[in-house]
Amino acid sequence: MMRQYKEKENVQKKPYFSDRFWVAPQVPKFDVQSDAVFAQDLAILKEKFEIQEAYIQRDQMVVYINATDNVDVLTTLRDELAYNFLSEHSAIDWLAKRGEFEIFYQMLSTSKRKRLRIKCFIKEKETLKSVTGVYKSADWAEREMYDMFGVIISGHHYMKRILMPDDWYDHPLRKTYPLHGDEAAQWYEIDKIFGKEYRDIIGPEERDAARIDVDDTYRFSHIHHEVPFGAPVSQEKTATDYQEEGGVFIVKKLKKEDVKFLKERP
Amino acid sequence: MQKVNRLKPFFENLVFEREDNHMIVNFGPQHPSSHGQLRLILELDGEIVTKATPDIGYLHRGMEKMAENMIYNEFLPTTDRMDYIAATSNNYGFALAVEKLIGLEVPRRAKVIRMLLLELNRITSHLFWLACHALDVGAMTIFLYAFREREYALDLIEDYCGARLTHSSVRIGGVPLDLPAGWLDRLNKFINHLPIDIADYEGLLDQNRIWKMRLENVGRVTPEQAQSWGLSGPMLRGSGIAWDIRKEEPYELYDEVEFDVPVSTTCDSYGRYKLHMEEMRQSIRILKQLMPMYAGTSPEIMAHAPQYISAPKEQVMTQNYSLMQHFVLVTQGMRPPVGEVYVATESPKGELGFYINSQGDPYPYRLKLRAPSFFHTGFFQEMLVGEYLADVVAIIGNSNIVFGEIDR
Repeated sequence: MMRQYKEKENVQKKPYFSDRFWVAPQVPKFDVQSDAVFAQDLAILKEKFEIQEAYIQRDQMVVYINATDNVDVLTTLRDELAYNFLSEHSAIDWLAKRGEFEIFYQMLSTSKRKRLRIKCFIKEKETLKSVTGVYKSADWAEREMYDMFGVIISGHHYMKRILMPDDWYDHPLRKTYPLHGDEAAQWYEIDKIFGKEYRDIIGPEERDAARIDVDDTYRFSHIHHEVPFGAPVSQEKTATDYQEEGGVFIVKKLKKEDVKFLKERP
Repeated sequence: MQKVNRLKPFFENLVFEREDNHMIVNFGPQHPSSHGQLRLILELDGEIVTKATPDIGYLHRGMEKMAENMIYNEFLPTTDRMDYIAATSNNYGFALAVEKLIGLEVPRRAKVIRMLLLELNRITSHLFWLACHALDVGAMTIFLYAFREREYALDLIEDYCGARLTHSSVRIGGVPLDLPAGWLDRLNKFINHLPIDIADYEGLLDQNRIWKMRLENVGRVTPEQAQSWGLSGPMLRGSGIAWDIRKEEPYELYDEVEFDVPVSTTCDSYGRYKLHMEEMRQSIRILKQLMPMYAGTSPEIMAHAPQYISAPKEQVMTQNYSLMQHFVLVTQGMRPPVGEVYVATESPKGELGFYINSQGDPYPYRLKLRAPSFFHTGFFQEMLVGEYLADVVAIIGNSNIVFGEIDR
């Protein structure tokens, strides 16, 4: 069976209605000079590296650097500025809009009680240097980033997929990847478990748990048109007797004058 | 036809290599002590681990992808399934991140209820940890006792929100319900008895020879390792670094309650055990202070922000405009401002962080879940080397990982 390819540009969920005149508000950005600790940190970073942009948003400093400086910047942060933790490290997919990934390093200094975020951009096929030599917590974070986005890392000791299987096709967190998996995903388990020759017999895997198939009488039934398990759908009306023998009495028509209120449960 | 080699033994989990004492053992993913779906590939020299390669992903559900395709309120019940031992802490971490993105202030009563639930969750999580860890190490009695107390705590949570495991008891902007009548009395009864129970556990374990032999000097974490590997929570405090986000970057009303941050300087599993017990006592202390605070609050439990949060049900049912807004918020979802936020909270397992990048749409453009257990499991690569194979199970149990949040 041939795979049927679908367009991938527009697979993410979109709001079904947006007011044309609505302008999204912005989370306020503040000048770095408004915080003495951050101002000092930024001054030291500025001496050594090219800083593209820096601001404070929601109490955390965000610094944009060149992607090639990432290891040196993080080394400086750790050794000179006492940012002793790399809490999180991942990417954001901007491929459709600007053809690049935004990489962020979420840092924490326990002595200063400050958190800052180092950010940089890399193009899709560009290589990012591994920072595992500076913070070992980047080890798995980088593997996850590669797995989910396909960001290529150089200098990592064991660059392998971490969450998805090793032979998985494509990177699931890219915006071009559909929520319920692509064409390769729907055959993945069938190929693995049964073999490719069973594709015709079993058919593609349905990964949308909310999908309703009206012709499927194994999992769905038609009220008033019930058929035996697995039998084809029929338009013939089936008699439905709601009042079972000895079952709970079902009131079909309520007479208000006959209603009796109970003081407590019998 | 008879098969060749029919009687050849087949060792499912072992790969023998004939040179010296070198052996590769596959541990998990279906192992009762792997605390979920952890697979470890252990290279052994005799009984000592020379290389450990954790393999994860067996429980991967793609929550970050799901979040990008859901409105904010829709995603909240999904966070239950991260650290399912203490579901409210995940709900809360997410709700707080969205509130911070929007810039919402939550009413005081909601804050008190949230803290009550969070600390109750911390207690259930630690009890669960103690029970399973002790069972892994061979102490079955503790398992039964700790689960008994956990039941009482779960009953309280069930009384509040109707669920025992996946609570979804925190909403963006507050909490959905006020405390039911008599709840605080029941809580009081529970936390008055819990210290006696904790003393019982300690009586069984503290000086227990087997317990001490299995835990002391096992699974050592130096402060340098803890910083480099990004450890958090009890794993970090167990290495001698006093860092509790509740204390250092207080959220909710943690700056108004008094509690201590226990730290262990022995850096081993036994120290972390003592630390967990002490943390439960501190949670009880916080709960005791919260109960009188509840009485002095006004009855609002949801923030008033019509653009983002639905009005109270009574208003939705009576006021036309509130109903319209409720309809829009349910069908289209709220649209937080453009920007990004990283919010870390102290979950029972460690630093639970939510990074949200919003582009002003009802769906987050990117949501990154920073799960503490993910980094703790990564650290196994270094932590298990040099340990005995028999201690691997003790270390996994002690590090308090839960696979719901590792694989997400």
